[in-house]
Amino acid sequence: MNSLIPLLVAAPLAGAALLLLGGRALDRFGHWLATALAALSFGFGLALFSDMLGREAEHRAVTKHLFSWVPVNGFQADVAFRLDQLSMTFVLLITGVGTLIHLYSVGYMAHDERRRRFFAYLNLFLAAMLLLVIADNYLLLYVGWEGVGLASYLLIGFWQHKPSAATAAKKAFVVNRVGDMGLSIAIMLMFAEFGSFAFTPVFDGAHEASEGKLTAIGLMLLLAACGKSAQVPLQSWLGDAMEGPTPVSALIHAATMVTAGVYLITRSSAIFNLAPDARTAVVVVGAVTLLFGAVVGCAKDDIKKALAGSTMSQIGYMVLAAGLGPIGYAFAIMHLVTHGFFKAGLFLGAGSVMHGMNDEVNMRHYGGLWRHMKVTFVTFGLGYLAIIGFPGLSGFFSKDRIIEAAFAKGGTEGWILGLCALVGAAVTAFYMTRVMVLTFFGEKRWQPDESGELPHPHESPRTMTIPMVLLSFGSVFAGGLFAFHDSFLTWLEPVTGHSEGDSPLSSWTVTGLTTACMLAGVGLAYLMYWRSPVPVVPPVGSPLTRAARRDLLQDDINHAVLVRPGSALTATLVWFDSRGLDGFVNGLAATIGGLSGRLRRIQNGFVRSYALSMFGGTLVLVASTLLMRSV
Amino acid sequence: MSALLTATCVVPAAGAVLTAALPAGSTEARRRTTKAVALGVSAVALVLAAVVAARFDPHGARYQLTESYSWIRSFGITFSLGVDGIGAVLALLTAVLVPVVILASWHDADPVAPGPDGAGGADGSEAGTIEGKRRTQGFFALILAVEAMVIVSFYATDVFLFYVFFEAMLIPMYFLIGGFGDRAGGPESARQRSYAAVKFLLYNLLGGLVMLAAVIGLYVLAQDQGVATFDLRTLTDAVADGRLQLSGTADKALFLGFFFAFAVKAPLWPLHTWLPNAMGEATAGTAVLITAVVDKVGTFAMLRFCLGLFPDASRTFAPAILVLSLVGIVYGALLAIGQKDIKRLVAYASISHFGFIIMGIFALTSQGQSGATLYMVNHGISTAAWMLVAGFLISRRGSRLIADYGGVQKVAPVLAGTFLIGGLATLSLPGLAPFVSEFLVLVGTFTRYPAVGIVATFGIVLAALYALLLYQRTMTGPVKEGVRAMPDLKARELAVVAPLVALTVLLGVYPRPLTDLVNPSVDATLSQVHRTDPAPVHPVAASSGGERK
Amino acid sequence: MNPVNYLYLAALLFTIGAAGVLVRRNAIVLFMCVELMLNASNLALVTFSRLHGTLDGQVIAFFTMVVAAAEVVVGLAIIVSIFRTRHSASVDDSNLMKL
Repeated sequence: MNSLIPLLVAAPLAGAALLLLGGRALDRFGHWLATALAALSFGFGLALFSDMLGREAEHRAVTKHLFSWVPVNGFQADVAFRLDQLSMTFVLLITGVGTLIHLYSVGYMAHDERRRRFFAYLNLFLAAMLLLVIADNYLLLYVGWEGVGLASYLLIGFWQHKPSAATAAKKAFVVNRVGDMGLSIAIMLMFAEFGSFAFTPVFDGAHEASEGKLTAIGLMLLLAACGKSAQVPLQSWLGDAMEGPTPVSALIHAATMVTAGVYLITRSSAIFNLAPDARTAVVVVGAVTLLFGAVVGCAKDDIKKALAGSTMSQIGYMVLAAGLGPIGYAFAIMHLVTHGFFKAGLFLGAGSVMHGMNDEVNMRHYGGLWRHMKVTFVTFGLGYLAIIGFPGLSGFFSKDRIIEAAFAKGGTEGWILGLCALVGAAVTAFYMTRVMVLTFFGEKRWQPDESGELPHPHESPRTMTIPMVLLSFGSVFAGGLFAFHDSFLTWLEPVTGHSEGDSPLSSWTVTGLTTACMLAGVGLAYLMYWRSPVPVVPPVGSPLTRAARRDLLQDDINHAVLVRPGSALTATLVWFDSRGLDGFVNGLAATIGGLSGRLRRIQNGFVRSYALSMFGGTLVLVASTLLMRSV
Repeated sequence: MSALLTATCVVPAAGAVLTAALPAGSTEARRRTTKAVALGVSAVALVLAAVVAARFDPHGARYQLTESYSWIRSFGITFSLGVDGIGAVLALLTAVLVPVVILASWHDADPVAPGPDGAGGADGSEAGTIEGKRRTQGFFALILAVEAMVIVSFYATDVFLFYVFFEAMLIPMYFLIGGFGDRAGGPESARQRSYAAVKFLLYNLLGGLVMLAAVIGLYVLAQDQGVATFDLRTLTDAVADGRLQLSGTADKALFLGFFFAFAVKAPLWPLHTWLPNAMGEATAGTAVLITAVVDKVGTFAMLRFCLGLFPDASRTFAPAILVLSLVGIVYGALLAIGQKDIKRLVAYASISHFGFIIMGIFALTSQGQSGATLYMVNHGISTAAWMLVAGFLISRRGSRLIADYGGVQKVAPVLAGTFLIGGLATLSLPGLAPFVSEFLVLVGTFTRYPAVGIVATFGIVLAALYALLLYQRTMTGPVKEGVRAMPDLKARELAVVAPLVALTVLLGVYPRPLTDLVNPSVDATLSQVHRTDPAPVHPVAASSGGERK
Repeated sequence: MNPVNYLYLAALLFTIGAAGVLVRRNAIVLFMCVELMLNASNLALVTFSRLHGTLDGQVIAFFTMVVAAAEVVVGLAIIVSIFRTRHSASVDDSNLMKL
């Protein structure tokens, strides 16, 4: 059975290679091939899952050593896989949601001439993401880590003829590279400390290492997580990443890739458990991002960017939970999975709306769409209810647990974190209601496109609606299923461990508070966007709104702090290289040239003067030799 | 004593003579014969080099397949060849790249038809140009001559023999740079090319002369202590067992003499400024020869000669050299970001990579040195891919300026795709070959000098910037005027790029064949320097992740 | 006889030759003086060879003779051609070696 593990990665990888190398011959059915391979990988995942369920909880983790990758003295990097409950959760999420999104893309990309390549990249993404979650050492994880970065780069920039898409793709890759730097430094620290970076030796050895080292490793891992999961301060790429086709936003920038940071932190729980300072940093990053993303989400008029802000904020919740330590790991992953369902569903819904509205993304130009796209409306609505934490739906269970855990952290910290999370819940409800109302309710504010025609919204084809329906099942039921008898917690506990904190508030109180916050958010949005007319041209707004529209000035800050000094430095160095270093060399050459021009005059062409100088030279040589001898 | 090594060196040399002697003439058929002969000879050399690498037994003696013929007996100079794992791998790299370069340069040496804008018409007016009927023959003969000399340098186990060929390869390189341009530089190009060729020659000659002084000095000192030989093995053994003891000053001075020559060739910051000129003005094929083949002799020689002959001085100077290489990494990358010229950008990227290689060598850890050796190979392959595709691009548009391109991806997707792969390899994407070596170098450096390792890691962010900026500016966005009718890669060009891309992927996923060859030689080198790897603070018994034989 | 005397003779011949090169203007005479110097060094080489009991010096002397002969051929040809064009064999009349 274990030999199936490499096939998880191999199937989509083969698909990517085939589609990229196969040429035009595959244009006609390549997308179905890719979808089939994604489904095949999902099938392997299910088979392994049922196999895993058949074993006792403590024997569920299996490893598979494939070959020795980089054998150098004292340095062993293997291609080895580990499939335990945590990776299994991810494998199913990735392949499951991945397959659905492949299917959706068949319809969504039907008219794109480069569809074959799109599917190749999607398959490449699946392979890299699966590698990331089943790697048995950090270096192999790093391969998957950058692999998903590459896939994300290729897919964000899929419409390369748009300069904005190309820029966004490059920005995503470079910002991610900053995070990757953290990961590689973390690996180097592990190697210097433990002589290995495979999971087992590192986790077993962690308790022997000094806390300072562990904190350093933890902070570097956090930096990596910040890059991949778009957490403050490396959050700036996610909004721009919405330049990519919508299925990409759903799969990569909502459901799977961006949650890799949470996976990394949870996977490294053995390190974080022993490094409280690093955990504090994680919690702070999570809390700040969850508010940051929520605020940005409130101000955006572009439906995908509003959802991107929301993604950032929801991942902030997960990071916060992961930073709480054993109290929160399992809930972080639980929220990750439910979020995977409802956020993917929301994005697919947004894609469906755009599909029907001539690729219009501005929500102020929507309105009243529920009448025209019923399936989209219902599935989007269910996703909406799930994300705001409507009682009984997925998001309610997972988010509620995180807020509880935040309070359970105890002390002042617990109160601060809990309140942040509660405020976040309220803001989430506000901006999601805003999205919902602006898009589906109210009057039609449709605008004519370039050719002067008004859009004719229509329901999307089956290939697109079926994935949306299936995902909405997940949005509705997953949370309840996971919370039932704490089944998810029991499932993950052997990997992540679990401890109950001591919450100052009873769990019912927290649930009540959360629901109250949610209702407050919904109510405010209802008043602002349902009861009063929505202007087509956005009002000027408060300074905060204006800042939030510019992503709370993230790009301005990056520009002022990094880009401008950087390009000035580069320009200076270019000048220095050509004028300074090379100028020195050329100057030297010119000096020698001038000098020899002078010396040339001695060469007067008269044989006898040459002879004289030769004799003079010989005399000097002989004299100096004699002199040296006598000394 | 088999003559395999000699044969490997002689085949390209004889091929060079043969190619040069082929009937001259400007007809297409004659030119094609010339090219076919050159390609065939380089293929034979590739087979021989592969046989050498295959017959090298990693667990056997340090130097194998040794041959020795007396040459200048009174000075103890012999024509001795022998391979260790490092030399075998690098000679193989050379033998792989030369046929690729020949195929890529297929039309670069065709007679120059004066272009509409007069570009290229100015050829022949400056020093170092080869004009007339023998132009094609000359170009390919020079390439084969370079190959022969480089392979001798990798196989030489005699210091003097090495020196002779280390210097001699400057001559064909000078003519390759000065005589054949990429026809994209406008009327100014001939003058700039001549400047680049002279600069290349002067820099490297200066380095070579300093080395010559050091070689003679070493001989004189060794002779005083009864080791009157240039034989590398005898000398290193004598150094190791104390028969040859150099005083501290002499040791340092001689080390610096050797190192200076290698640092110019490598090139190490701040001795690098010849490289962008040379790579910018030469044809893409020649640029690949420079950066992927000839420069590797410099880094290779640091490993073999500097460390083996002067272990004490190597340890003394290692921190200073590390700082220089660190500066080179960051400096090269920053300058690459600021370039307007595609080929100069690749050149500065190479400078950054050479920083990594030298850093790996002088970190004096087995990871660092294995990494550095792999880096030499991987950089050779990936930069060749990147540069050659850039060359194809430039030959289509007739401009080296980044600003003249845009949206190429739309009209020539395969060209753009391979260019992207080259760029991704350059930025060390995991899964591609350069990642393995770069990470090994970083880890190897980090375990001994953590701060240096961390700063060097910034290089990977900068690499992402220059590689992707170049791709974005040339390949994406709206299609620029002048690019609109650009054809995609032709069959010949695909045949050039495909093996390079395949090797990049293969060595990224399964570098084991290389590491197996290289590791024992690296250990031998390290033990010469009396250095062992820093032990981990809390070593974990080689458990689950460990090697299972 | 003491071989050192031959060295004195060689030194004397060399000096005469050198002085001749320096003071005379006629190219032919100059040339003869150069030959004198070469022969002086040949004499010294042979003497040293005798002194050290090895053959190296004598071998080199032969080399010198061969080279000298070759040089005379080329040199005389140059002088003759200069004389033909300039109608003078004085070395001070021509400074063609100046760039």
